[in-house]
Amino acid sequence: MEELFVGKSFPRVDKDKVTGRARYINEIKLPRMLYGKIFYSEYAHARIRRIDTSKAEKLPGVRAVLTGASIPEVRVGFIGDQVPLKKDKVRQYRDEVAAVAAIDPDIAEEAVSLIEVEYEELPAVFDPMEALQDGAPLIHEFDARGKPRRNNILPLPWKLETGEVDKARAASAYVVKDRFTTTWVHQCCMGTSGCIAEFDLNNNLIIHSQTNVPFGGKDRLDMFLANLGIKGTTRVLTPVVGGSFGSKLDTDIYEYIAVLLAWETKCPVKILFSREEEFKACPPRQPIIADIEQGCDKEGRLTFRNVEMILDNGAYTSWGATTPSVMMVPISSLYRVPNVRYKATCVYTNNIYCQAMRGYGNPEATFPVECSMDQLAEKAGIDPMEFRQINANVPNETSPMGLKITTCPLKECLSAVKEELHWKDKQGKRNGRGVGLGSLIHVGGGARVYLSDGQGIILKVDDAGNVVVITGGTDQGQGSETVIKQMVAEAIGFKPENVFIVTGDTDICPWDVGTHASRHLFITGHAVIAVCEDAKKKILALAAKIMPGEIRGIFAKQAKQDPDFTIPDLDYSVVSDPNNLDIRNGIVFPKNDPDNKHCQVPAVRILRKAHMVGNGKGEMVMSEVFYDPPNEMLNRDGKGNLSCTYTFGAHGVEVEVDRETGQVKILNYIAAHDVGRAINPMLIEGQIYGAVYMGAGYGLTEEIKVVKGKVMNPDFLDYKILTAEDRIPIKPIIIEPYDPEGPFGAKGIGEPACVPSAPAIANAVYDAVGVRIKDLPITPEKVLAALKEKEQNK
Amino acid sequence: MKKRISFTLNGTLVEKEVEESAMLLEVLRDDFELTGAREGCGQGECGACTVIIDRKAVTSCIYPVMEAEGKEVFTIEGLLGKNNELHPLQQSFLDNAGVQCGFCTSGMIMAAKALLQENPHPTEEEIRHGIAGNICRCTGYVQIVESIKKASEAVSK
Repeated sequence: MEELFVGKSFPRVDKDKVTGRARYINEIKLPRMLYGKIFYSEYAHARIRRIDTSKAEKLPGVRAVLTGASIPEVRVGFIGDQVPLKKDKVRQYRDEVAAVAAIDPDIAEEAVSLIEVEYEELPAVFDPMEALQDGAPLIHEFDARGKPRRNNILPLPWKLETGEVDKARAASAYVVKDRFTTTWVHQCCMGTSGCIAEFDLNNNLIIHSQTNVPFGGKDRLDMFLANLGIKGTTRVLTPVVGGSFGSKLDTDIYEYIAVLLAWETKCPVKILFSREEEFKACPPRQPIIADIEQGCDKEGRLTFRNVEMILDNGAYTSWGATTPSVMMVPISSLYRVPNVRYKATCVYTNNIYCQAMRGYGNPEATFPVECSMDQLAEKAGIDPMEFRQINANVPNETSPMGLKITTCPLKECLSAVKEELHWKDKQGKRNGRGVGLGSLIHVGGGARVYLSDGQGIILKVDDAGNVVVITGGTDQGQGSETVIKQMVAEAIGFKPENVFIVTGDTDICPWDVGTHASRHLFITGHAVIAVCEDAKKKILALAAKIMPGEIRGIFAKQAKQDPDFTIPDLDYSVVSDPNNLDIRNGIVFPKNDPDNKHCQVPAVRILRKAHMVGNGKGEMVMSEVFYDPPNEMLNRDGKGNLSCTYTFGAHGVEVEVDRETGQVKILNYIAAHDVGRAINPMLIEGQIYGAVYMGAGYGLTEEIKVVKGKVMNPDFLDYKILTAEDRIPIKPIIIEPYDPEGPFGAKGIGEPACVPSAPAIANAVYDAVGVRIKDLPITPEKVLAALKEKEQNK
Repeated sequence: MKKRISFTLNGTLVEKEVEESAMLLEVLRDDFELTGAREGCGQGECGACTVIIDRKAVTSCIYPVMEAEGKEVFTIEGLLGKNNELHPLQQSFLDNAGVQCGFCTSGMIMAAKALLQENPHPTEEEIRHGIAGNICRCTGYVQIVESIKKASEAVSK
């Protein structure tokens, strides 16, 4: 039967957002609430000699001033390499040295300005290559367990090796080798970071946290409480969030500080970042230095790929250091490469530390891979489009990393780009206009980065005909509320307006690993299908019991009202068997005779009748499932089927490069994406448009300028986000191979469209003017310098 | 120092004792509990705090409240009808997915409202110019531009 809701461009359900009523952390105010403010380090690397908080403490309205010395030393973070308030030493400018809670934000700010710290400056290191040298200043003298450290290398040796790279290199007809570098870029959520922490009278923590990983956050905070010696548990409440893009996956230091202040004052404490703080103290995407070598045979078939990477970790460790696990996906499996070697080293420096950002390492890794693809194509004398077609992944193949590719329309994506961009007419002209390509592979069916990649859903159907879905997943703006309604309505057979979603409370909602890895729709979709199947079964079982009587009753009533009405001769055994029944749009009907009006009964009547029986045997329909997908964790060698399915895409860009100014203008942008199946095409387009803008910013304009560890451009004037006037004419092309592993055939699409933008632009710039910019972003200065150098070398 | 101020807020004359050094955004949010306009940067660069003053879109986070004296101030809350009917712009942002995380949406819709008051039939370029001071990180602006365009067509019908 044709689907009613899935596959349709259903309007967004966000009335609260368009009327200004949505409640972000900014709008939440609690009785007795205090405002917290953080005092940050004034050096990139220094010993703290003395902290004087006496003036701050004396300021009227100040309720608490905390320093590292006044709290128990409890380590936090992925590898426990920091404490919320730094005690002996600061290792970066954003180091939190002290914190204040006061009755209003102005007093808190004034109090912070009264804190005096004496430092002894230490030699610092800001270049990860220098940080690797013998004798470089040690960022951490000891590890989390107190063991002395000898160098600045993180204990996370990322390695992947498949096939025989050296042999393949020797046998290759063409080989290219080059170095590519990327810099810090910021998620720039429009809503800045913030939280409210409070304790109840039983020492349980309630935290209004903007996290997209409420249960992971709860785990981390529970451990924090335990280590502080507080015998309580954590309840995480998530407000509406003003964007995430990876910035809300880890529990941030300011959240631990809010907890400490709330514990100290026994009042709710709110910390809300200013934009300047957001740029300086919310960890961004990490910079990389990538050496890539690739080869192919005479026919242009890839023979090997060898990537060695240095990641500037900054002073501490969050999820940035784990992005190589995702980088392995494009490095090993974007195009068919039989022999792959990848090694990534994360290095401590005195720079700001980094975390996740949309794509989780994939944009950083795809930049060198796709630029190198063009270099190799040129060396082999093959058109870059054809070169990619030759090497494109194909369906039902296991990549050397162990990724089991199910559906794979990469060739279709490339062909679509070729046609839409008029590739043949435009490529290779070197006339100031050029075209460039970039493809992508990304996880599209969850990603088992924790032992559980699951999600629980509880579903209640009440006797007014409403379906309430209680889920641990969170939305960060992508539109999950809209698509969950569509999917539930479809799967259970009710109308979307009768579906209600409850989320954002770890006490109420069942466990979910978090909205990351473009997994939300995929995992929730499967959970929805399973829970709706169960609930529907229950409704139909009730219907089979109740329908015959209901239909007879309706007939009797009609006969009473209309003497001419003849009661139809029905076979009541049909509607007495649940296997013969189905529900659509809230109406129960026999499958073999769906249009027979006499046999249709609204589900709400059945639910009501089953509940209100008056004999102690009433029934209500409730169902629950926990869905954990059949994907695998990577093994020690970095291999395994990380995701149930993988998503592919290809971007084609046409640019115009101004030889006088170095300015790159995007004239045309085609983004072809494999989505498995479009549950809501309009919302998918929204993901593509937004991600392409972010990806184009990564390619052309965005850069946190960090000079000797200090963020120099912490505002939107100097950090260049593209605006509506930087018009990029994007044409999204949605390709739907219908993936058998996906719910309704769907794959994830949240991150992919920001992955191949930067290399596609870099390749187009090369095609336009013959210079290759290997360091992001591709600024006019870099283009001009490269043009000048090219001229001189003529 | 507190000072008395009076201005028209969403069509109603209001009077209030306010901190004279305050910016309009603080007063709208804290004193009038109109929280649709939000602070995204505090420097007038992102547009999340956009309201309309005397038919012009302004960033209320850097607008000294005392300058609003005697003026007509409109916020996103003023767009909703008496029986909670959505304004055509609001409906269009839902129908065309002009909203994602929603943080910029109030300001974006108010910037669009000011534009349509001046120019009921804007071209795409004019729309893009009209919202150039409003940053959105989610949408790439395409569906916002579409939302505004379609709302302008709906209104003129």
